[in-house]
Amino acid sequence: MTVAELSLPQINEARAARGERLRLLMRSPGVLIGATVVVFWAACALLGNHITPYDPIYHQSPDVFAHPSSSHWFGTDRLGRDVFSRVLAGSRDILSVAPLATLLGTVVGASLGLVTGYFRGLVDDLVSRVIDAVLALPLIIIAVTALAALGTKSTWTVTIVIGLVFAPIIARTVRAAVLAERDLDYVQAARLRGEGSFYVMFVEILPNVMAPILVEATVRLGYAIFAVASLTFIGFGIQLPAPDWAVQVADNYTFMDPDWWTVLFPAAAIASLVVAVNLVSDGVQQAYER
Amino acid sequence: MSAEPVAPALELDELDVAYRVRGTDRQVLRGVSLTVGRGESVGLVGESGCGKSTAALAVVRYLPRNGRVRSGSIRIDGRDVVSMGGGELRKLRGQRVSMVYQNPGSALNPTIKVGRQVAEAFAELGVPRGEVTDRARDALAQVQIADPGSVLGRYPHQLSGGMQQRVVIAMALAKDPSLLILDEPTTGLDATVEAEVLELVSQLQAELHTAVLFISHNLGVIAKMCSRVGVLYAGRLVEEGPVETVLQDPRHPYTVGLLRCIPRGGVRRDHARLDTIPGFLPSLGAPLPGCVFADRCALADDRCHEEEPPSFEVVPGHSSRCWYHERAHDLPRALAADVDDPVVDRSGEPVVRFENLGKVFAQHGHDVHALVGVSGELWPGETLGLVGESGSGKTTLARALLGIVEPTTGAVTLSGRELAPRFAKRSRADLRDLQIVFQNPDSALNRRHAVRRILLRALQKSAGLTGRAADTKLSDLAERVRLSERTLTQKPVQLSGGLKQRVAIARAFAGDPKLVVCDEPTSALDVSVQAAILNLLVELQAERGVSYLFISHDLGVVRYLSHRIAVLYLGRLMELGPAEVVFDGPHHPYTEALLSAVPTIDGTERERIRLEGDVPSAADPPSGCVFHTRCPRKLGAICETEEPPLAEVEHGHLMRCHIPVEELRALQGKQVALT
Repeated sequence: MTVAELSLPQINEARAARGERLRLLMRSPGVLIGATVVVFWAACALLGNHITPYDPIYHQSPDVFAHPSSSHWFGTDRLGRDVFSRVLAGSRDILSVAPLATLLGTVVGASLGLVTGYFRGLVDDLVSRVIDAVLALPLIIIAVTALAALGTKSTWTVTIVIGLVFAPIIARTVRAAVLAERDLDYVQAARLRGEGSFYVMFVEILPNVMAPILVEATVRLGYAIFAVASLTFIGFGIQLPAPDWAVQVADNYTFMDPDWWTVLFPAAAIASLVVAVNLVSDGVQQAYER
Repeated sequence: MSAEPVAPALELDELDVAYRVRGTDRQVLRGVSLTVGRGESVGLVGESGCGKSTAALAVVRYLPRNGRVRSGSIRIDGRDVVSMGGGELRKLRGQRVSMVYQNPGSALNPTIKVGRQVAEAFAELGVPRGEVTDRARDALAQVQIADPGSVLGRYPHQLSGGMQQRVVIAMALAKDPSLLILDEPTTGLDATVEAEVLELVSQLQAELHTAVLFISHNLGVIAKMCSRVGVLYAGRLVEEGPVETVLQDPRHPYTVGLLRCIPRGGVRRDHARLDTIPGFLPSLGAPLPGCVFADRCALADDRCHEEEPPSFEVVPGHSSRCWYHERAHDLPRALAADVDDPVVDRSGEPVVRFENLGKVFAQHGHDVHALVGVSGELWPGETLGLVGESGSGKTTLARALLGIVEPTTGAVTLSGRELAPRFAKRSRADLRDLQIVFQNPDSALNRRHAVRRILLRALQKSAGLTGRAADTKLSDLAERVRLSERTLTQKPVQLSGGLKQRVAIARAFAGDPKLVVCDEPTSALDVSVQAAILNLLVELQAERGVSYLFISHDLGVVRYLSHRIAVLYLGRLMELGPAEVVFDGPHHPYTEALLSAVPTIDGTERERIRLEGDVPSAADPPSGCVFHTRCPRKLGAICETEEPPLAEVEHGHLMRCHIPVEELRALQGKQVALT
C-alpha cells in the first residue's frame, strides 16, 4: 500500500506556482509603472496640503493667469490659485469616490452574479433581463438621470450611483464564471450533504470565482475614475471648491485659449491615473488568465 | 517516396528533451532510443507523466514553446528531423507523418462538414478538385463507415465518438504516411467501439504497410496492437522488446510491478489483494543520478541509487535498464495487509432496494427513455457492479438512487423505508446514508479548500461532529484512508490524483454511510494508483459493512470488486447475477460481446463478437428486444416483435433473452472465461 505522503519537491512546486503569479505581476514593466503612478497619486491624496507649495484653495495670488514659472510651476488660474498645488491636491476626492464605487459595484455585482448563475431558471431570467436593460443604456446617461432624479449632489450619491451602474456589468462576468463552476462535482457533493444555497454560493463557489472578480474589479476601477471625472465635469460629481481635477477642467476650459496650463495639467493628471490603473489591471488580467 | 529503402520509418537515438520552467531545464526524456521499422508497429507504454506524449510531440517537432530537444537525434525515413527548417518540416508533417490523438472531437473542425474536411486532406496532396469528393468517399469506405455518402454531409458533432475517430483515421491515412503516430486513440471510447477501432487500425496497417507508433497506458491494447513495446518511466525507456516477451517475461522491476497491479485473469477480491507500486513518480526534472526507478524499487541497493544502469540485452531484441534484470521477477510483492473479507449475508433485509425505476428526459421535443423499469437491491456489505456502454443508463440509475434526478416511475427504499425522490426533500440521516465518490477527483474537491476543511465540514454535516470530537474523528478517518497529517493542511492542487481520490473517499465515509455510489472512481487514475484505491475500498467495506454501487467500464476492475453484476443496455437491465456467473457464462449475448471486446494482456485472444453499428438512440429504441439490432445471436422475428422478460434462469441469475439458457451455455461453452 502506498504511504500517502508527498515528496518535498512536489510541495515546493505548488508553492512556487503560487508565488509565480505575484512575481509575474511584479516583473511586468507596465504593472510597475502603473503601480508607481497610482501610489504617487494616493500619497498626494493622503498628504494633502502638507506637500503643496501653496494652499490649493485659499492661496490666491494677485497674479491671475500667470504663465508657468519658477514660482508657479504650472502657472496660476483665474483666481490666482497655484495650478501645481491644485493638481497635487486634486486626487483626494476622485481616489475615494472611484474605489468606493468600484467596491460597491463589485460586491453587489458579484452577489447578483452568484445568485443568477447558481439558481438559473426564473431568477436568472428575471435578473438577467434587468441587467440587459441597464447595459443597453450608456453609463453616463443612467448616472445623470439617476442623479438628476435624486436631486442631491453629495459625493455619496455619486459613489452609490456609479457603483450600482457597474454592478450589472460585473454580475454578468461573475455569472459566466459561476455557470462553469456550478456543474462541477464539488458543488453537487455539497448539495448532497445538505448544504444550503447560501453556503454553496458564498463558501464553496465564491472562492473559485475570485480571479475573474478581481480582474473585473481592477478594470472597473479605471472606468470608475473616468466616470467620476466625466460626471464632475458636467456638474454632477464632486463640487466646488474641492480642488478636483475635473472641477478644475470644468472651471477653466473657457480660458483654455490662450491660458492652456489651467486645463492641460489637471487633464493630464486624470489621464495619468486612468492609464496607470489600466496598466495594472492589464497585468492582473494576464497573470490570472495565463 | 524518395528515402532509401533501408532506413527505418522512425529512429530515435539517445533523445533528450527538456522543458524550461522558471529558468531551469526540466528533463522529460532521458536518452530514449527506439526504432520503428517500416511497416512495424511499436507501442510505448507508461503511466501519466512519464513522457509518452512528449515523445510523440518531439517526433514531429510539435513541442510546446518551452520544450526543446537537448541532444540526440530523431530520424524519419532516414532524415534528421531535429535539423530541419520550417519548409522541410511542413513537408514532413504534410506528407510523411500522421498523428491521431485521444479526442477525435477536437481534431475535427465543428463548423465544417465532414466531407469538406476529408476532401481538404486530399486537395492538400494535389488531388484535382473534381476528384476529391470521390476520394473522400473511398477513404471513408476504407475505414468501414457503412454509409460514406451520408456521413460526408454531416457535421462532426452528429457522429458518435467511434465514428469521429474513424474519420480522423481516414484523414490521417489520406497521404499514405510512412509513419502513423497514435496517441491514446481509443481511450475515450467504449470497450466495444475501442475493439472495432483497434481492429480497423490493424487491418489497415497490414494493408497499407504503415509503420505505427502506438502510445497508450493500456497494456492490453498494446498487446493487441503491437509487435514490440517500449516501457517508459520518468522519461527513460526502462525496458524494450517484443510484446510477448516483455509482457510475459518482464525484466525490469517497473514492468513487473505494473503488470501485477492490474486486476486480470478473473482475479477476485476474495482471492487476493492487488499489488501496488509504493511511492511516487519523481517530480519533473528532479536529478536522478542512479536508476530512475530506484526510489520505488524493492530490489534496489546502493548501486542502483548511485549508478545509472546501462541497457542490458537480456535476450537478443529485448533490453532492460536494470542492474538486476535477471532477478526482476523476484521483486518482492507490495501487498496490502490481508483483510478478512466477510461473505455477504443475503438472508436479512436489503439495505437499498430500487423497484421499477424509470426516467424519461424531455429532449428537443422527444422523450428519451434513459432508464426503463430497473429493479434490484443491495445487501449490507455487498458490491453491485454496473456495466454497459455509454448511454446505457448507468449514471442515471446512480443519480436516481442519490436523488439527483427524480425518477419518473418507481421508488428507492432504504432499509425498508421509501426515500423522497429528490435529495433536497430527504432527511439529514438519509443524505448521510447514501454517499458518492465521483469519477474525477479534480472536480470533486473544492480546489480552494484545504483537505482538513473539506473533511471537517463533511464530519459536521454528516456526523454532526464539531470541535474536539470532530478533530479526533478526522485523525481516525485520515488514518483509515492513509492520508498523512501534512496532507490535511494542503489544498487539492498540491495532491496527486490518487491522494485526491483518497480525500474524496474519506469525505464519503465521514458519516458511516450505508451505500456509497462509486462512479468510475479509478478511471482517471494510473493502474498502480488504481490498485491502491481498490484495495482501500475493499478494506473499508470489510470493516464497515458498507454497500457499493460500483460503476466502471473496466470489466477487470468490476469483476475484482463486485459480488454481483448488473448489465444495462439502453436503460434496461439485460442481465443481473453473481459476478462469476455473469463473467463465466452462460451470459446474455450483450454481456458476451462486452467481454469479448476487452483486449487481454496475455494475448490469449478470445473470439471477438462483433457488435454491428452504434448504440441506437434512446429516444427511439428498437422494437421487441432492444438489443436485436446489434445482437450476434438474434433468433429471428420474435426478437424484433416481442420484448423478452427478465427471467430468473438460474438461482439468482436474471437474464432478458429469448434464447434458453441451456442453449446459450452450449453456444458459449467452448470459450474460456477471462478478462
